[in-house]
Amino acid sequence: MTNIGPGTLAGSAEKRPGLLIACGALAREIMAVLDAGGLDGLDVTCLPAHLHIRPQLIAEAVRAKVRLGKQSHENVFVLYADCGTGGDLDAVCAEEGVTRIPGAHCYEFFAGAETFAAMSDAEPAAFYLTDFLVRHFDRLVYAGLGLDRYPELLDDYFGNYRRVVYLAQTKNPDLEAQAKAAAVRLGLDYEYHFTGYGGLAAFTTHANQTAKQAANQRVST
Amino acid sequence: MAEDNNLNDNEDDDLDLKSLNDEDLVAQMHDDLYDGLKAEIAEGVNILLSRDWEPYEVLTKALVEGMRIVGIDFRDGILFVPEVLMSANAMKAGMAILRPLLAESGAPQMGKMVIGTVKGDIHDVGKNLVSMMMEGAGFEVIDIGINNPVENYIAALEEHNADILGMSALLTTTMPYMKVVIDALKAKGVRDDYVVLVGGAPLNQAFADSVGADAYCVDAAVTVEIAKDLMARRQGSGVDRMTLAAEG
Repeated sequence: MTNIGPGTLAGSAEKRPGLLIACGALAREIMAVLDAGGLDGLDVTCLPAHLHIRPQLIAEAVRAKVRLGKQSHENVFVLYADCGTGGDLDAVCAEEGVTRIPGAHCYEFFAGAETFAAMSDAEPAAFYLTDFLVRHFDRLVYAGLGLDRYPELLDDYFGNYRRVVYLAQTKNPDLEAQAKAAAVRLGLDYEYHFTGYGGLAAFTTHANQTAKQAANQRVST
Repeated sequence: MAEDNNLNDNEDDDLDLKSLNDEDLVAQMHDDLYDGLKAEIAEGVNILLSRDWEPYEVLTKALVEGMRIVGIDFRDGILFVPEVLMSANAMKAGMAILRPLLAESGAPQMGKMVIGTVKGDIHDVGKNLVSMMMEGAGFEVIDIGINNPVENYIAALEEHNADILGMSALLTTTMPYMKVVIDALKAKGVRDDYVVLVGGAPLNQAFADSVGADAYCVDAAVTVEIAKDLMARRQGSGVDRMTLAAEG
């Protein structure tokens, strides 16, 4: 991953074609898509994954990254779903003239909007995990909710849930075992649903294509 | 403050609450609420009642004041959700003892709130925190739980003659249902009979305005402040009563 920092391209007269600004929870998946597709028109920069639990900070953090990115890149794309910003992120994207991946959250763009809606309708009491959340379950979910210190709060947090649904981006037996163990730990049933990279792959591929076409057009003119 | 409390934990292991005079016991209960110690709060409430304290006095001086401190530290980012949930559960243990006694004695209240998560939404951590913080501030709270259709809200508001409607949602897919509820109240011509408060992670003030709520409440502590303010505007005498009682 090319993770640009402030001023990385300072002094460079020529801007690079495309920049993807993403949630840190998606970094590994984005890299996999870029590598698999040989997508070389995009640089990637991520915001900290812990913003996931403080969504009120996301929109302005993205705005700052967009403004910085525009100094060094011709096209900027946002790989964040609404992520609990309540439309604030859409407002920022509109004001800054950039596009973001459609969807309410990463579960939706991994599974696909229709599939996710059907899953939610069928079982509203589902707690979703992705590859990232399985990998970091102990730190982000269990300790993040204070359950390491106050295990008696388990029912306060998960009493209304009935099952863990693991939306898997990769076919990885180790992660599946960890996801099952997480479900047991939370006292919930377990369900596995392979999604692959879903909308993330489509959006990243499209962004790469858009950035390269724009760059080619500039060269030819 | 947290460090002090940790140090006190060891000292408190063998602390006999019955040996404390009223003033020290109430101060200890404030600490125990802060530390989320359920059993100690229940014991403290029973001791004060056994010393002929009125249930309302126990509520206001021991529990409400304790939760007020918790609320301030939550608002200021000193306490976080897990700690406040522990405090709320301790408060709940005290309220389980006091609630029937308060009902019998007809104690004054700040107001009455019906609260629940909206249809399709099972996420109730925020709603539960608001319930306990509101109860801790002296409101009567009728918690109608999760996944509520409009009929549940309206039935509860009417049955309990409530002052405040609180609606909570975590999902962007469920939060629009708040407008369905408010529109139903308008259709019945009773919208202005209630203060309508909305909250939940994906909400903001613009959303609250767009659905016709009276206020957006960013967290449980702010909810209490807004509810007090709006109730004071509607019926200031209740607030005055409560404040005077709390100040003794």
